[in-house]
Amino acid sequence: MTDQQIIDLINTSLGEEFELEKEDMKPEALLFDDLELDSLDIVDLVVVLEKAFQFKIREEDSIQEIRTLGDIHRFVINKKKQLNKQ
Amino acid sequence: MRRVVITGMGAVSPYGKGLHIFFESLIEGKSAITSLSNLADIKGLRSWVAGLVNGIDPKEIPRKYRRSMSSMSIYAAMACREALDQARLNEEQCTGGQMGVAIGSTIGSTLTTQEFFNNLLSTGSLEQMKSTVFFKIMNHSCAANVSQLLGITGRTLSPSAACSTSCQAIGYGYEMIAFGKQDFMLCGGTDEYHPLFTGTFDILNAASVNRDRDGVVCSEGSGILLLESLDSAEKRGANILGEIIGFATVSDPTNIANPDMASIKRCMQLALNDADIKPEEIDYVNAHATSTKQGDIAESEAISELFRDGTPVSSFKGHLGHTMAASGALESIALVEMINRGCLIPTLNLENIDDACSNICHICELQATNIRTAIKNNFALGGINSSLVIRRYKDD
Repeated sequence: MTDQQIIDLINTSLGEEFELEKEDMKPEALLFDDLELDSLDIVDLVVVLEKAFQFKIREEDSIQEIRTLGDIHRFVINKKKQLNKQ
Repeated sequence: MRRVVITGMGAVSPYGKGLHIFFESLIEGKSAITSLSNLADIKGLRSWVAGLVNGIDPKEIPRKYRRSMSSMSIYAAMACREALDQARLNEEQCTGGQMGVAIGSTIGSTLTTQEFFNNLLSTGSLEQMKSTVFFKIMNHSCAANVSQLLGITGRTLSPSAACSTSCQAIGYGYEMIAFGKQDFMLCGGTDEYHPLFTGTFDILNAASVNRDRDGVVCSEGSGILLLESLDSAEKRGANILGEIIGFATVSDPTNIANPDMASIKRCMQLALNDADIKPEEIDYVNAHATSTKQGDIAESEAISELFRDGTPVSSFKGHLGHTMAASGALESIALVEMINRGCLIPTLNLENIDDACSNICHICELQATNIRTAIKNNFALGGINSSLVIRRYKDD
C-alpha cells in the first residue's frame, strides 16, 4: 500500500465508525477536542485499525502518544513499514 | 401518600413512531403484524409473522449516546423524548434529581449477545470486541442509556419480569412518587424482536380467547409514561392525562409457564384494595390476553368472578401482537387515550370466542363509552402477575 492509500483507508474506517465529516478530518485535528472522541472511542479506534490493517497494536506504548489524526496516519505508516521489513 | 398523575406519554410501536399513529391505528383497527420471509429459514420456527418497528431514524440520537444502545434502548429513548415534550418539562426538572427512571426489558439485547458469541466462538478471540457491547447486553441497558441521554440524576431502576415488566415499572414509579421519593418518573418498557421470543411461545404450545387461536405473535417497541405527583403537576399547570390510583404485583408459584386463575384474581383484588375501590367501580378491563389457552381461560374466569356482569373487556394484542416488556406501557397509553376520548377499542380478530372464555363481556366493535376507572392486567412467564388501576383525572 502507498502512504496515501493507508491514509485513505484510515480516514474511511474512522469516518464510518465515528460518523465523522470529511471536512473535519484534517491531519491536525485533535481526536478529543476537535473530533469529539473519548476514551471509549479510543478503545474502538484500535479495534477498527487492527481490523482494517490486519495487525496488532493494542499493546504498543506509542499509541499513548497519539493526539491528532495525523499522529494516527504516521503511526500506521510506520507500523506497516516495520511489518514489511520483518 | 401523594396522588400520582400521568402528564406525558410516548410510543414507538410496530405502527411507527409516536402517539398519534399508535392510537389512530388502534382506532382504525389496523393490524401491525407483517410476514417475515427470513424467519422461514429458521428450522423449528413455525411462526413467520411479527410486529416490527419501521420508519424511525436512530441518528436523531447523538452518536455519543447511541453507540451504547441497541434497538430497544433507541425505542425507549425516542418514547421518553415524546413523553417529556408532551409534559413540557424544563431541563432543571429533568436533571435536578427530582426525576427518576423505571424502564425494563425482557432481557438485554439478544441480537448483540448473539453477535458477540458468534464472533467469540468462531475466532476464539475477544480482540474484535467493541467497548460498548456490554452496555447493550446488561439487564439495565435501556434504563441506563435513557438516563445518560437525558441527564437524569435521580433513581434509575430496571424492573425485568418479561410480559409484566412495564406494568411493574409503572407501578414502582407510582409508589416512588406516592412515597415522596421522586417528583417525576419516566416509566415503561421496551423490547426488540428476536426469533427467541417466537420460539419460546411456540414450544410452550401457546394457543386465545379465540377458539381458532393459533398462537402468540411477538412484536417490538417501547411505551413510556411520565408520572408526576399531583402537587407538582398542579403547581406548574400541567395537562393531566390520567391518574394511577392502584397497583399490585404478585408471584404465582403454581407454575412457571401457566398463570393460575386464583393468583390473577388475587392480583386484581390487591390492586383494587390499593386504589381503595370496589370491583363494581371498574368500568373496563384491559386484559393481558396473550393468546395462550391456559392464560386466556384463567384470566377470563378471574375477571368473571371478580367484576360485575357486563363489565367490558378487550385486549390490544390482536392489533399489536405481544410487545413483551413494552406491552404493559403501550397498552396503558391506549387505555388512557380511550378514557380521555370516551371510546372502547375492541379486540381485533376475535371472531370465534372460545366457550371457556365466553363468561365475560368481550368488546368486538369500537364503542363510544365513557369510562372513569379501568384496570390493566399483565401476566408474565415466570409467574409474575401485575395489575394497574387507572382513573380519569378529576380534581377532587
